Amino acid sequence: MIARTLTPLVSGTLFGAGLALGGMTDPARVRGFLDLFGDWDPTLAFVMGGAVLVMVIAWRIAPRMAEPLFERSFAIPDRRDLTPSLLGGSALFGIGWGIAGLCPGPGVAALAIYPPAAIVFVAAMLTGMVLVRLFEGRGK
Amino acid sequence: MTILGYPDAAPLAGLGGGVLIGLAAAIMLLGMGRIAGVSGIAARAVGLGGSGIARGGAWAFIIGLPLGAAIVTLISDSPVPEFAGSGTLIVAGLLVGIGTRLGSGCTSGHGVCGVSRLSPRSIVATLTFIAAGIATVAAMNALGMEVLP
Repeated sequence: MIARTLTPLVSGTLFGAGLALGGMTDPARVRGFLDLFGDWDPTLAFVMGGAVLVMVIAWRIAPRMAEPLFERSFAIPDRRDLTPSLLGGSALFGIGWGIAGLCPGPGVAALAIYPPAAIVFVAAMLTGMVLVRLFEGRGK
Repeated sequence: MTILGYPDAAPLAGLGGGVLIGLAAAIMLLGMGRIAGVSGIAARAVGLGGSGIARGGAWAFIIGLPLGAAIVTLISDSPVPEFAGSGTLIVAGLLVGIGTRLGSGCTSGHGVCGVSRLSPRSIVATLTFIAAGIATVAAMNALGMEVLP
C-alpha cells in the first residue's frame, strides 16, 4: 500500500526535477522552441529526445513482466482510432501552449517556482477540464 | 556546451532533464503499470478522470512535480523565470485544460509515453500540438504580441 503512494511520489518528483533541469519551467525557453521561424531554441527537442530514449527501453521491458511491480495489472491505453476530438483537442492545447509557454507538467511544477502565475494557470486549466466534463456529460 | 548557431540552447541540461523525465515515466510504467501523463493524472486527482491510477497515487504524483522542481531550483540557485500576465495565463490555461481532455493527453502522455511506443494516436497528437504551438507563436510574433516581460 505504501509503495502505491511512494512510487507515484518518486515518479512525480523525478519528473518535476527533470522539467526544471531541462528548462521546461521557463516559459521563454518553451516558447523559444516553438519560435521555429524566429529565434529558435532547440533545447526542448533534447528534453523530449532524452525522455523518449529512456521510455523506448521501458516499453521493451514492460511486456516481459507479468504485472507491474506494485499494481495488479497494466492499464495502458490501447485505442488506435484518429478522431476529430484527438486532432481538435491537440490543436487547442497547442495554441494554449504557444500563448503562455506552459503545458500541464511545467504548469503544476511551477507552483514551486513562481506560485502567483502558476496558480492562475493551473486553476484555469482545471476549469477547462471541468468545462469538458460538463459538456460531455450533457451530450450523454 | 553550446550548439553552433544557437548560443542560448542548453542541450546537456535538456538531455539530462529529459532522461530524468524518462526515468520518472519508466517508474510509473513498470512500477504502477500506468502512463505518466500529467493532464490525465491531474484530472484524475481532482475527480475528473474515469480510469487510470488510484486517486491517492494521482495526488502523490502531482505533489511530486513542484517538489522536484523546488529541489532543482534550490540546488542550482537559478533565477526565477518570467511568466505571462494573469489574463494571458487564464486564456492559455483554459485552452490547455480543454484541449488536453478532448485530445486525451499532453506533452508527457502523448509526447513522451505515446511517441516512445509508436502509438499512432500519440504521434498524430504530438505533431498537431507542436504545429499549433509553432503557428501560435509565429502569429503572435507577426502581430507584435509580447506575453513575457
